[in-house]
Amino acid sequence: MEAPIRATGILGFTLFSLLFFVCRSSPLHNLFISNAERRIDVTSHIVKVYLTLKVENAGTTPTSEVLLAFPPTQVDHLATVEALVTKGKRKKTTLVRLDVKPTELPDAPNGAKYFTIYLANPLNSGESTTLEVLYLFTHSLEPFPAEIGQSESQLVHYRDSALILSPYHIKQQTTFIKTPSTKVESFTRVEPTNRAGTEIKYGPYEDRPPYSFSPILVHFENNSPFPVVEELVREVEISHWGNLQVTEQYTLVHGGARHKGVFSRVDYQSRPTLSGASSLQHLLARLPPRVHSVYYRDEIGNISSSHLRTDSRKSELEIEPRYPLFGGWKATFVIGYGLPLQDFLFESSDDRRYLNFTFGCPLLETVVDKLTVKVVLPEGSKDPSAVVPFPVDQHLETKYSYLDVVGRTVVVMEKKNLVPVQNSHFQVYYTFKPIFMLAEPLMLASAFFLFFVACVAYLHIDLSIRK
Amino acid sequence: MAAPESSAAAVPTLYTNNALRNAFGGVLAFFILLLIGVMAFSIRLFSVIKYESVIHEFDPYFNYRVTQFLAKNGIYEFWNWFDDRTWYPLGRVIGGTVYPGLTLTAGTIWWLLNSLNIPLSVETVCVFTAPIFSAFASWATYLLTKEVKGTGAGLTAAALLAMVPSYISRSVAGSYDNEAVAIFALIFTFYLYIKTLNTGSLFYATLNSIAYFYMVCSWGGYTFIINLIPMHVLLCIVTGRFSSRLYIAYAPLVVLGTLLAALVPVVGFNAVMTSEHFASFLVFIILHVVAFVYYIKGILTPKMFKVAVTLVVSVGLAVCCAVIAVLVALVASSPTKGWSGRSLSLLDPTYASKYIPIIASVSEHQPPTWPSYFMDINVLAFLVPAGIIACFSPLSDASSFVVLYIATSVYFSGVMVRLMLVFAPAACITSGIALSQAFDVFTRSIKFQLPGIASKAEVDAAETSSSTAEAQNDVVKAEKSEETSKNRPSKKSKKKEKEEKPLTKAKAEKKRLLALPLDSSVISLLLLILLGALYVVHCVWAAAEAYSAPSIVLTSRSHDGLHVFDDFREAYAWLRHNTDVDDKVASWWDYGYQTTAMANRTVIVDNNTWNNTHIATVGTAMSSPEKAAWEIFHSLDVKYVLVVFGGLVGYPSDDINKFLWMVRIGGGVFPHIKEPDYLRDGQYRIDSQATPTMLNCLMYKLSYYRFVETDGKAFDRVRQTEIGKKYFKLTHFEEVFTTHHWMVRIYKLKPPKNRIRGKTKKSKSKTSTTSSRAKRSGTGKKNPWH
Repeated sequence: MEAPIRATGILGFTLFSLLFFVCRSSPLHNLFISNAERRIDVTSHIVKVYLTLKVENAGTTPTSEVLLAFPPTQVDHLATVEALVTKGKRKKTTLVRLDVKPTELPDAPNGAKYFTIYLANPLNSGESTTLEVLYLFTHSLEPFPAEIGQSESQLVHYRDSALILSPYHIKQQTTFIKTPSTKVESFTRVEPTNRAGTEIKYGPYEDRPPYSFSPILVHFENNSPFPVVEELVREVEISHWGNLQVTEQYTLVHGGARHKGVFSRVDYQSRPTLSGASSLQHLLARLPPRVHSVYYRDEIGNISSSHLRTDSRKSELEIEPRYPLFGGWKATFVIGYGLPLQDFLFESSDDRRYLNFTFGCPLLETVVDKLTVKVVLPEGSKDPSAVVPFPVDQHLETKYSYLDVVGRTVVVMEKKNLVPVQNSHFQVYYTFKPIFMLAEPLMLASAFFLFFVACVAYLHIDLSIRK
Repeated sequence: MAAPESSAAAVPTLYTNNALRNAFGGVLAFFILLLIGVMAFSIRLFSVIKYESVIHEFDPYFNYRVTQFLAKNGIYEFWNWFDDRTWYPLGRVIGGTVYPGLTLTAGTIWWLLNSLNIPLSVETVCVFTAPIFSAFASWATYLLTKEVKGTGAGLTAAALLAMVPSYISRSVAGSYDNEAVAIFALIFTFYLYIKTLNTGSLFYATLNSIAYFYMVCSWGGYTFIINLIPMHVLLCIVTGRFSSRLYIAYAPLVVLGTLLAALVPVVGFNAVMTSEHFASFLVFIILHVVAFVYYIKGILTPKMFKVAVTLVVSVGLAVCCAVIAVLVALVASSPTKGWSGRSLSLLDPTYASKYIPIIASVSEHQPPTWPSYFMDINVLAFLVPAGIIACFSPLSDASSFVVLYIATSVYFSGVMVRLMLVFAPAACITSGIALSQAFDVFTRSIKFQLPGIASKAEVDAAETSSSTAEAQNDVVKAEKSEETSKNRPSKKSKKKEKEEKPLTKAKAEKKRLLALPLDSSVISLLLLILLGALYVVHCVWAAAEAYSAPSIVLTSRSHDGLHVFDDFREAYAWLRHNTDVDDKVASWWDYGYQTTAMANRTVIVDNNTWNNTHIATVGTAMSSPEKAAWEIFHSLDVKYVLVVFGGLVGYPSDDINKFLWMVRIGGGVFPHIKEPDYLRDGQYRIDSQATPTMLNCLMYKLSYYRFVETDGKAFDRVRQTEIGKKYFKLTHFEEVFTTHHWMVRIYKLKPPKNRIRGKTKKSKSKTSTTSSRAKRSGTGKKNPWH
């Protein structure tokens, strides 16, 4: 029963993999990988890959760069790559984060893309080190069938290679794929392959040359909802009167298999496990502690189905869309909240102020296709500059809010394809004189003063023509 | 403020003392007014606090949508707006068929705020327009009543109007409807009319016509003004109160007002063509004739005048008869006698139910019941007669206007529950007059009875003309001085002024004799205060509990807390996000405005109800069996059908309860729909006794499709019965969405079947052999109807 799938998979990639086999032995690589273990987690709609590489330097010169290779189809869906190295002996191991940067190589076979891991200490010849690499793919589970009815469960395809794509020679490697349930329709066999429970094991494979590739296709049931935020605009407004107002506008879509035909409420309510198993019923947003004035609404008013739980360390907002989202259904909504300013605004050593805030989407387990973060600085602030841990598009805008005269500077940052792991902090630095805080109250006061003066003057002037 | 004139002859010290007291009274009155405005605004915020800041009900959603368009595209686009998202495929010319006053007002407020960089959304502005204008309306009431009976009555009336439940019901925050601004415009127009009548100033006359223009812009109820004022003018003429002030108050209003009214696209030439406006022109002519007669009388000797009168009367009568004959012929040539349907149903309360079921089907066009009077004006109902009596002592031009106003509005409110809104201000004004007069009498009695104050008061009354001296109640004091100063010019007594001093002395003496016993007046005073307190309690209760529900979100309180039914918005949001932007949605017309505004989808009919045939088509489809309904909807390019169903949670105003109106309206145009077919022995029922026509019509099927699977019995909680036909299948429609509490159900029309003969036959035979339930649906297809 796996034969047709395997056949198509192999057909598609034969040329690709053959090329890799024939590929030249790269002179710059004195490195080889003695042991590689890859764990692919496909239980949710974000594919998490944990890769453990034992890298050895067989060359003569020390090197501090290790390359990771990805086929071009995967690079488009790659949300993040992180690398850690374990340090210390047995019990006192600490993990150190390493720099990872995308790299272009001129002689990349078949358009393979690279990421370079920069080791903290150069690897001398004969030495070895163990790297922990985590990378996430979004939109990599393709629903098949693409349209399902209300009572059907959602089946998806996952495509990858049984062998780890690498520019290095790999002595021994194993790949585990963890599926959400035991319901696996089919999977490509690349011997030795076996399946136990929710795990499919590929390997161990010995002594594979660089750029080995063996396409596999796993067809399995994944009934978790696929919440995808197509567009998210986060606006963070700083008020030096002590409040940080955050407004987040979501366009949410269920990215799983499209809903087909009828939606029957009676089935949905009476048989919740069978019917609409993959529907998206609620989302959890993790907000900062001490959050206040939380609202959850859309363009036609408040949405009453939400719960807020707060404690001293975090706040959790559980929201339900107005209606359960089936595959392909959309919803838009706005979440807004206020935060105490002192938790997020600090003064830097050079007398500037900076805002330290999370970049990503507070919804858990959610992919954001396009994120725009807008930081609205108070009126009169100057020299804004943003520090973000990953590359983003930046520009400045002007916004007019309550009684503004010159307008507020807005730092706009845009990023595509974001996953919750990237909810790291960013900083926006600016200079601000506190005297500007008084501008608007003074303006109001003087306006009222002038009004009263005008009234007094009017009452004391006789404008009649005739006496 | 007018006190200095009256006490001009008094001693300087007294003069300053008096002036100071009056200034204090003025400031106090100002602050009371300010507080009344604040109260009028804040008592209407219950809906925002208890629910949320959201537009209410049906019509406000349309106004909100128009305002959004205005804010986005500007005024010129607004006038030319052809809306193709409603009345598909006809569309609607919004710019020419809408009273623009409300939207222009809110649009202007929004624009002003945004140009000051106060970024309020259009929705926020719309939600709070009504409370703001209620504050204005209470101030306008103060002005109007002050012109009639002085400051005290004005303040009382303003306070009463600020919280009268009838007005609150139409102007809570979020109730963004024409009436919100129109009541202010109405009262303000009346105020300016009375002001002109009292002063004879052309300035106020011009302002009056501008206020009338604003009223015409705001609400169709402007015809009430343009009929009431002529009636009052006629009354004045008949009772011999003609004066140049009356002329100035009326003539510019008719000329300028009609010209301005014709500028409003929705009125246009109606301002001179329809019968609603004829009274004003007739009175205009009469007024001129009378003015001419007075003029001639002034320049001719009495003998010559008699000759002239006979001459003019004989010629004039002939001309008049000819003109009236032509007019009558013209009017009679039109089938409705030149009156619009709504006006006709006002004049003849049975008209609508006989000829126009659409007007009769609206609940707010029904006559009110007695409890609704008590609910809407509460204790004012008892105070109104007293106020009318107070208006007669003494009867001035202004107070006769109030009497006329209340008399006509009582009649209109008795015809249509909606016009209770016009009655409420009149009730507040008369009750304000009654209350303040009563307070006046009682406090004065107490004052004369209490020995210490009485002697002092006597001195005061003697020395400082008629301005009252000491009183416990500052308000009453302010009102008194105001009243006396106002009453004088209205009595147009230049001559009397000379005799004033002795007269007022006599008056003071007379008042003393009229004083009531101390204990009874104290008790009455307390009772009056109790009455006022009752009124306040009732008003706050009405504002908080009865009139604040936005009707798009419902709540119910049960033992385990508050339960929210937000099904309407759930359905509209679903339509908005999960259907194609050009899909057409058919529903009964009640939900048309909401669907266009909230779901942004094209509808077939909406609450504007301008095309009876179109509505009848939808009504016919709803009352036809599935196949015929599918054909009607398909011919209208409808993709989705939306029905409102309350049977699961017990929401009474659902489509099944409105269904008979659909049958009636549909049957009015398409005679094959007959109301008796849906009734069993004249009774409307959906249980097992229901007629087969009823059980097979689309509305029944869409409402109760698979309803039996919820509880196994299909018990309808609104009708309190088990439904008649429980198991059936839909052949031409498929359920695509049902909200959480089943209150809104959306069905999609199945695509037309392929016309290959063999295939359809095959499928038919298949269905008939598979199961018994499928067989039932097969028989449903072969309906005897078509």
